[in-house]
Amino acid sequence: MSETPVLRMESVRKTFGGSVVLQDVDLEVAPHTVTALIGASGSGKSTLLRCANLLEEIDDGAIWLDGEEITDPRVDQDAVRRRIGVVFQAYNLFPHMTVLENITLAPRRVHGVPRAEAEARARELLERLGLGGKAGEYPDRLSGGQQQRVAIVRALAVRPRLLLLDEITAALDPELVGEVLTVVRGLKEEGITMVLATHEMGFAREVADQVCFLEGGVVLERGTAEQVFGDPRQERTRRFLRRIVEAGRL
Amino acid sequence: MTVHKTEPGSEKQDAPDDYVPSQRRLDRERHKRARARRATAIGAVSTLVTGAVLYLVVVNAPGWPRTQETFFDWGYAREAFPKVLEGLWLNVRLLLVCGAAVLVLGMLIAVARTLRGPVFFPLRFLAAAYTDFFRGLPLIINLMIVVLGVPALRLQGVTVDPVLLGGTALTLTYSAYVAEVFRAGIESVHPSQRAAARSLGLGNRQALRYVVLPQAVRRQVPPLLNDLVSLQKDTGLVSIGGAVDAVRAADIIVGRSLNYTPYIVAGLVFVALTIPMTRLTDWVTARMDRRRAQGGTT
Repeated sequence: MSETPVLRMESVRKTFGGSVVLQDVDLEVAPHTVTALIGASGSGKSTLLRCANLLEEIDDGAIWLDGEEITDPRVDQDAVRRRIGVVFQAYNLFPHMTVLENITLAPRRVHGVPRAEAEARARELLERLGLGGKAGEYPDRLSGGQQQRVAIVRALAVRPRLLLLDEITAALDPELVGEVLTVVRGLKEEGITMVLATHEMGFAREVADQVCFLEGGVVLERGTAEQVFGDPRQERTRRFLRRIVEAGRL
Repeated sequence: MTVHKTEPGSEKQDAPDDYVPSQRRLDRERHKRARARRATAIGAVSTLVTGAVLYLVVVNAPGWPRTQETFFDWGYAREAFPKVLEGLWLNVRLLLVCGAAVLVLGMLIAVARTLRGPVFFPLRFLAAAYTDFFRGLPLIINLMIVVLGVPALRLQGVTVDPVLLGGTALTLTYSAYVAEVFRAGIESVHPSQRAAARSLGLGNRQALRYVVLPQAVRRQVPPLLNDLVSLQKDTGLVSIGGAVDAVRAADIIVGRSLNYTPYIVAGLVFVALTIPMTRLTDWVTARMDRRRAQGGTT
């Protein structure tokens, strides 16, 4: 890869108390590509994403965003987070704000975008994601799928360099999963760089340029989607995928 | 219009369909109405009986005639009422000023206690020491120290006005309580909300101001109103410094007549003042519970 990767991790290690959650994790995410993190619950996918956004402090190793080391303690963490969008499993919308206020909070308060401009962009994004009529609603009036799409708009509103999606369909009813995944497909077509932790293997296979299989905090296998899903090299990857197939998720 | 996909029952259906209630439903509703009527009747009878028993017990008590004379004298009540009301105006003003001061000071202390980082250690420590001290110190002793002790110092330029000093003492004590209410509210906001704010690039202070505090304050409205009701009646304690509030006004008449009826009048006036406040508290609480039941994720 000649281009500077948007995100690069080297030998990242993270522990919680006595347990090692991430160990020797290397990762490289090229611009305009999608990386899928797969693996059982507790394998470290979410922690990896939280570390990339500095919501968790890593114990060892280093992380670069656009070639700048963001794990340097002298770095302004808020400035780093401004360049990364995150969508959480539980949406984490602000319940006391309307949809529009949720979306325009960061552009207005952090990036100093004038209100009218921020709202215009928010409405445009909402429209594109099929939420045109929902700008004035409070989150608790929306379905799970709608809330998650609003959360995606909120993350996109600041035009991040990188979008982290943390099991964004895990809390949704099966019939609502589709509408959210459609949105992510659209984002890939727009060339937005994404890293997503997911249990939707069919979706990962379809949308990801790179797939990483994590187990016990270690990246056991990495490769293209065809390679990891079609011809896994590791026995444990094969076993994991077999279980997924048996559960009817692939 | 887009199709709403909300939970059933939340949307009103105004489509005129051909629904006719079944006999089963009518029977069920008739039974429910009958049961409600019976419940109301039982409640009324039970209230009457209880009231009658209480009345008879009090009236037939051996000391009742004397008690009635000293506590429930209509003549003294008429004399005391306007003076007590006049004094009450001071209580109301104290409530408004102290209430506002308490909310501001309490919020500052609560925020100080949640600050992170070593720079703020002294601030955190002071705030914690403040709440510990003033929540433990009985209000009446606090009042005596401030209202009687401060003037005794004969400091230049420091007020000796019992109303100002009494208000200060009330503010000191109640700020400690209200700070804890605010702090509980701040801590009850789920960490994922802060994480979401930080992930958007908001700094610690911005996350607190735009995301955490608005939710914390909203949640703490019922307990805050509760403390305000409590403050309202405790404004009566400034009378120990000699300020003529409702209690003191009653006190003056009692001192002259040796009849306690004015105290009863003052007490009832306070109750009358507090009731709208407590009803408001109940109403706000009920409304918030309803919202939460609908919303789920609040």
